[in-house]
Amino acid sequence: MESVQSHRKIMTGNEAVAVGVKLAKVKVIAAYPITPQTTIVEELADMVANGELDSKFIEVESEHSAMSAVTASEASGVRSYTASSSHGILYMHEPLHWAAGMRLPLVMSVVNRAIGPPWNIWGEQTDTFNQKDTGWLQIYCESNQEAMDSILLGYKIAENKKILLPVMNMLDAFTLSHTSEPVDVRNQKKAAEYVGDLELDSKLDFKNPAGYGSLLGPDGPFMEMKKDMRDSMYNAIGTIKNEISNFNEQFSAELPGLTDNFMMEDADYALVTAGAISSTAKYTVRKLREKGQKVGLIRLYFYRPFPGEDVLKAVKGLKGLGVVERNLSFGQRGPTYEDVATSLYGRVDIPIRNYVVGLGGRDIRVKDFERMFEDLVEGDNEIEWVNVGVK
Amino acid sequence: MPILPITYVSTSTREMSSWRTSKPIIEYSKCTRCAICWKFCPDVAIDLVSDPSIKSPNEKFSSLEAPLINLNYCKGCGICATECPFGAIEMVREEI
Ligand code: SF4
Ligand code: SF4
Repeated sequence: MESVQSHRKIMTGNEAVAVGVKLAKVKVIAAYPITPQTTIVEELADMVANGELDSKFIEVESEHSAMSAVTASEASGVRSYTASSSHGILYMHEPLHWAAGMRLPLVMSVVNRAIGPPWNIWGEQTDTFNQKDTGWLQIYCESNQEAMDSILLGYKIAENKKILLPVMNMLDAFTLSHTSEPVDVRNQKKAAEYVGDLELDSKLDFKNPAGYGSLLGPDGPFMEMKKDMRDSMYNAIGTIKNEISNFNEQFSAELPGLTDNFMMEDADYALVTAGAISSTAKYTVRKLREKGQKVGLIRLYFYRPFPGEDVLKAVKGLKGLGVVERNLSFGQRGPTYEDVATSLYGRVDIPIRNYVVGLGGRDIRVKDFERMFEDLVEGDNEIEWVNVGVK
Repeated sequence: MPILPITYVSTSTREMSSWRTSKPIIEYSKCTRCAICWKFCPDVAIDLVSDPSIKSPNEKFSSLEAPLINLNYCKGCGICATECPFGAIEMVREEI
């Protein structure tokens, strides 16, 4: 039975992403290479060149152009894809707003990498946390399997007529992008049936010219459009949950909910994480559980829309919560802390600590997570830097 | 269905007169009907019309189509006046 659904292969996160794009029958790819995303687009370029993937591959001179090119191709009703990283996604920031504002169901992958100065090509999530307000849904993957599956799921969610917003899929630099793991490669025919064909109700039509995103005065439906976007994103949570269980059923897959609650049922203390560091955190949770400590983990699989209600449900009964950021916001606590605290405000009274970890690829060890769990007993803190200044 | 930022109204039909602080006036006795102003106007405010009664430098030009500015659609940018190779368009300050 299983062999009909998928076959197992050893592949890196970037390979898994490229295969996911192929499975999703993407017709246009425009991308500019940047470490550590490069092998995604190299793999896709190979697939197009050797006829394995029937797509148009547009080589562009920058990330700004890559996003603009796929915005235009998607607007003409053709399923499109791009990928970037770090400074590349920063350069895309402006056209990210345009793609979302035009309600184009694009999917892109971002391999999370630090932002300079100084130059650094290693893992950190600040690049995409900087994009959390662009109108793109955000998914943070923990494994190469999730990296592949989230491409298929991403198109399904983005193209849902009730949502119609683009989806950004994240995987951690090197930890996932360049590390090999066994991955169940989804069956091509089944994947094709699952994503279906892209059907946009409104698309570029040379016979019926129109202005796309042209000027609107303060009275025009500008504010209404923004509200509609915000509502579509915020109310998407139910639809996303249904789509995840639909995906799991169809592919015998194991995607979590918007959050992945690990050993939370009777937990006293818990951490919140996103991305590949969650695996080390889960290992730590298991280790501490063996010693009899009631600890757990909430991993954010989706970060936008923010699953506030799910976090609230998961933290009920906790004595302490720690929010772990692999990103940095200057002049305030971390964005995940803000989102978690906002979701809990006035509804549960749990002390929350905030940790900054793993910037620029800094190692995050089991003993670091152990220390974070220990500190939760003390209650609130300002913000704490983990594994800094100790070399 | 979301509200899409798509407009089927051409910019040529958008009223622009409230933007204007000065308006272009064509001195037809200098106008050779070259249509450069027509081509450059960003708001498609200039039409070309066949009207031999409109003044021209001499009778050779009077059979050609002359530019006619529809001030409802003119935003007063002055591009036509800058581009006219014969200095036939003058921007005149609007009265308030
Ligand atoms: S002033 Fe500008 S808008 Fe008005 S007619 Fe000339 S070019 Fe067109
Ligand atoms: S550019 Fe000047 S000369 Fe040419 S048609 Fe216009 S007003 Fe006449």
